Amino acid sequence: MNVGKQLKEGLLTQNPVLVQLLGMCSTLAITTTISNGIGMGLSVTIILTLSNIFISLLRKIIPEQVRIACYIVVIAGFVTMVDLLLQAFFPDIAESLGVFIPLIVVNCIILARAESFASKNKPIAAAFDGICQGIGYTLVLLVMSAIRELLGSGALAGNQIFPAEYSASLIAQPVGGFLTLGCLIALMQWAQRKVKGGK
Amino acid sequence: MDYKDLNLIGSSSPHIRTKDGAGHIMGEVLIAMVLPLAFAVYNFGPRALVTTAVSVAGCCIFEWLYRAILRKSNSLGDLSAAVTGVLIAFVCPVTIPYWILLIGDFFAIVVVKQLFGGVGKNFLNPALAARAFMLSWAGEMTNWVGPRSSVPLTGVIDAVTYPTPMSLLHENNLAGLQQMYDLPKMFVGLIGGSIGEVSALLLILGGLFLIWRKVITWYIPVTYIGTVAALTFLFPRGNDPVQWMLYNLLGGGLMLGAFFMATDYVTSPVSHLGQVIYGVGCGLITVFIRYFGSYSEGVCYVILIMNLTVWIIDKNIKPHRFGVIKEKKKPTETTKKEAAKK
Repeated sequence: MNVGKQLKEGLLTQNPVLVQLLGMCSTLAITTTISNGIGMGLSVTIILTLSNIFISLLRKIIPEQVRIACYIVVIAGFVTMVDLLLQAFFPDIAESLGVFIPLIVVNCIILARAESFASKNKPIAAAFDGICQGIGYTLVLLVMSAIRELLGSGALAGNQIFPAEYSASLIAQPVGGFLTLGCLIALMQWAQRKVKGGK
Repeated sequence: MDYKDLNLIGSSSPHIRTKDGAGHIMGEVLIAMVLPLAFAVYNFGPRALVTTAVSVAGCCIFEWLYRAILRKSNSLGDLSAAVTGVLIAFVCPVTIPYWILLIGDFFAIVVVKQLFGGVGKNFLNPALAARAFMLSWAGEMTNWVGPRSSVPLTGVIDAVTYPTPMSLLHENNLAGLQQMYDLPKMFVGLIGGSIGEVSALLLILGGLFLIWRKVITWYIPVTYIGTVAALTFLFPRGNDPVQWMLYNLLGGGLMLGAFFMATDYVTSPVSHLGQVIYGVGCGLITVFIRYFGSYSEGVCYVILIMNLTVWIIDKNIKPHRFGVIKEKKKPTETTKKEAAKK
């Protein structure tokens, strides 16, 4: 188990959103406010870590032919738990995230980590992989939602920074999600090329 | 005579160079836009000129800053930033606050043009993409004033919901529009609207100038305006197809879009057949948006939509290469026999 490599991959070189381009749907849809971004990011991190552990534990029992269905059952179980917990303790976030919490069941990041990592590694490594990839996802959501909340509604984490009539409402709309994500992906590519060129 | 006495230079082609370049062509476009701008100053007061100047300055500064920060070559000389600046001002109402204008300039130059590699690499028309973005401030972007109005140079202008020709047409209120503006007024441009779109006469003159100077070809403007004319004549709303057609042609941003925006080199097809398809597509969607859309005018979105189809058009319409003969599809009897013998 290589802690540093896994962390680096999750945050930068194999970042689930900016490099693997997974989980686009929720990334584009919910990053309108910082609280949404953090709520979604932490939910996915928790579900990803737990499902990685369980799929890793069950990796020798799950038959090859029906593995996707088995992964989905495990993931759906944890998603239901998180969904109910959010509704019980953070009803505001649960309401504003809406359908995107149940949709984590089919989130590509979780399925991809289950298929490519958890089903081939031991539980501790799988858990750490889930945490790293989850943090990578959460960080991207945090940056995106901060940019979109600031430019789109003139606020940051609910505090009005400048009057809302000066804000570009288009950034808070879907088109702004695509614009922001495109710029971040481009920035990531540029940074990676810089680092590689420096070696 | 010995050939060595001839003053010949041995080099590979090209042998003859002209001074024409991107800057030369964009200069011609700027000249063509002088008359519509002058008319805008007459129609809306000096603020039209100040708005255009601010927009041009903003575009040039953002272009210079971006290229200076990234240590790229200075590209102000090709004047494309100045043209973008004028066009952004042309598609805004004269009451537009300057800070919105500057945000639009930033979006056009940095996001739409420079991030994709600078002049010649943008896949959308920068000015129109900026207008679509500036509609974030929908109230300010639709704050129209009437013709021959004098707008103060600074300060917030109270929202006056002055009807434009397009909003009246969208309500199928042709009679009301005829009462408000007669056809000569529509043609000369004594109407309300965006800074640069009002005077159909001067825009057509500018377009003819560009065609005469061979900056643009006639394919896109003629097919675009022709398609709109044909559709509005064939499917009029009301009893007078000719009047309906003329008001549809003269109102809104059709002339500005057809001559100055749809013909942008970078975002229009290369081949003539492609340009015809592009123009007809623009015309079709324009009429669709005006007839069935919730917006009263669609020229901006139409050209942006058709910009996105240019790569498909260019990919499928390849020019005939010199010297290439089409292969015969069916082999003749003799070649078949020969092939069988072998």
